Amino acid sequence: MEKTKKKSIFSNPMRKWGWFFLGPMAIAFFIGFVWPFIQGIFLSFCDFNTVSDFSIKFINDKGQFALFENYINSIQSPQIIYSLGFTALFAVVSVIVINVFAFAIAYALTQGIKGSNLFRTIFFMPNLIGGVILGYAWQMIFGGILSLLDLPDLRSDTGIGFWCLVILVAWQQIGYMMIIYIAGLQAVPEDMLEAAKIDGANKTQTLFRVIIPNVMPSITICMFLSLTNGFKLFDQNFALNSGLPTIIRPATETSPASFINSTQMLAMTIKATYDKGSAFHGQAQAQAVMFFILVAAIGLGQLAITRKREVQQ
Amino acid sequence: MAEAKAKKPVKVGSVILTVIMACVSVLYIAPIVFIAINSFKDTNYIKGSFFEMPVGDMWVGMDNFARSVSVSSYPFYKSVLYSFVITILSTILILLFTSMAAWYIARVNSVVCKIFYFLCVFSMVVPFQMVMFTLSQDATMLHLNTPWTIPVVYLGFGAGLAIFMFVGFVKSIPVEIEEAASIDGCNPVRTYFLVVFPLLKPTLISVGILEIMWIWNDYLLPTLVLDITKYKTIPMYMEAFKKSYGGNDLGAMIALILLSIIPVIAFYLACQKHIIKGVAAGAVKG
Repeated sequence: MEKTKKKSIFSNPMRKWGWFFLGPMAIAFFIGFVWPFIQGIFLSFCDFNTVSDFSIKFINDKGQFALFENYINSIQSPQIIYSLGFTALFAVVSVIVINVFAFAIAYALTQGIKGSNLFRTIFFMPNLIGGVILGYAWQMIFGGILSLLDLPDLRSDTGIGFWCLVILVAWQQIGYMMIIYIAGLQAVPEDMLEAAKIDGANKTQTLFRVIIPNVMPSITICMFLSLTNGFKLFDQNFALNSGLPTIIRPATETSPASFINSTQMLAMTIKATYDKGSAFHGQAQAQAVMFFILVAAIGLGQLAITRKREVQQ
Repeated sequence: MAEAKAKKPVKVGSVILTVIMACVSVLYIAPIVFIAINSFKDTNYIKGSFFEMPVGDMWVGMDNFARSVSVSSYPFYKSVLYSFVITILSTILILLFTSMAAWYIARVNSVVCKIFYFLCVFSMVVPFQMVMFTLSQDATMLHLNTPWTIPVVYLGFGAGLAIFMFVGFVKSIPVEIEEAASIDGCNPVRTYFLVVFPLLKPTLISVGILEIMWIWNDYLLPTLVLDITKYKTIPMYMEAFKKSYGGNDLGAMIALILLSIIPVIAFYLACQKHIIKGVAAGAVKG
């Protein structure tokens, strides 16, 4: 281009090429994210007893709006309340298990022992295998272990199902978090460790007073990732437990007796609600909107809390 | 670094630590080893004697593998093919178009770019459940439900992280290089492909690895978007197989699991260094 030397930013020659650079991306982004997102919010307020078609147009009869009915029905569903509790418990337990082990392994592997690289390779490997395959693989492995220990099958006992899922997810994610912790541990300034040693700090003191405050950014990232992963878990839950066993919740004064899939987490509940039929599509979408708000809030809240504790640079 | 420092004082401690880590890693890899061992075992012995070697009556050679790829009416090789097509096409599409968009966003300071960037970052915190029902309907309507067109959906939904990583990297490249190119007579398109794109190589590898890992293993998106009567990826094949045969024929199921794990492990061992680097880069930014 001949005009490049003009100073005004308005003659920036790149601007003319905006359609070329942004265009393809923008179209796909609109199809794959923006439009479905807007539709999703809109449909969560629609009454699907009158709107059987999900690919609904934006021009809508007043009668098809249900306002908050889908949301109210969702909140009152015993399954979603149960799943929320189960998911929260799972997320908390898995965050603790994953991060404690990942940090311990990363710490051990940065002590300069022989074969560190080989160990690292092994610990990271499970992370590449997909959730569905892992779920089925571990179902067989647990089948073998549980029959050896003479325990009930993981699909017929809620507690066993819960811990099996924790073990699976920990096995998969420890390697990933370990990589992040190793990067963090290697970035701890050498002079700080040197100073701690001169001041007579022992290994434990150095770990808690020098190393951990310095790897706080890594801890933030790992907690954030494992917590949101826990809440969003679908593939492993679906392949390993399928929500089984189903338990009967006895009738109370306010609600009749109901069946509950006792290992079904939130993401799976949303899908299961949708699969119940077109009358439930609005409810499923309302659950998805609430799920989105929950996941986003947890992620951002957790990030805000841990960021405060990081060492000021 | 910490490594060099710890070497001198405690020799015994470091030996004990090595032994402990060796034990832990053997335990860690045991599940994969036992999957491999059991895939050669007769179906009836898998549940009861999972931890025994396949000797004598138990040994069935490659029978399980033969059944796992032949018993279903949907051919397994097709699933492998579709998984490859979808993963490769989507990754190429994502790398090309998101890096182009990211360069533009990083270099042009306009309102459109800011809004676009904000939306991309926002899309990173939105779980797939939020858009999956509407997305699957839209994709069918737009004929994006084949392995050759589903990459558009992946480009749209997976753009967030890629844009975020590319924009971060482009901002660290000195703009003078591009100015020099444009003074030498390159228009922005040539500048991008001849000057900027080669500079992006480390991030291209990182993003590529992350996208490959995601798309290859993805189950929910292809299940909802693809026309499942015609097209099944490997995880989808696995799910269908489990539903119809896997409950009874544990042997074929476990052989199928091993067949699906092998390409992943081969890929991992081949580009281990890049994978670990890519993961670290993606996580630190995300």
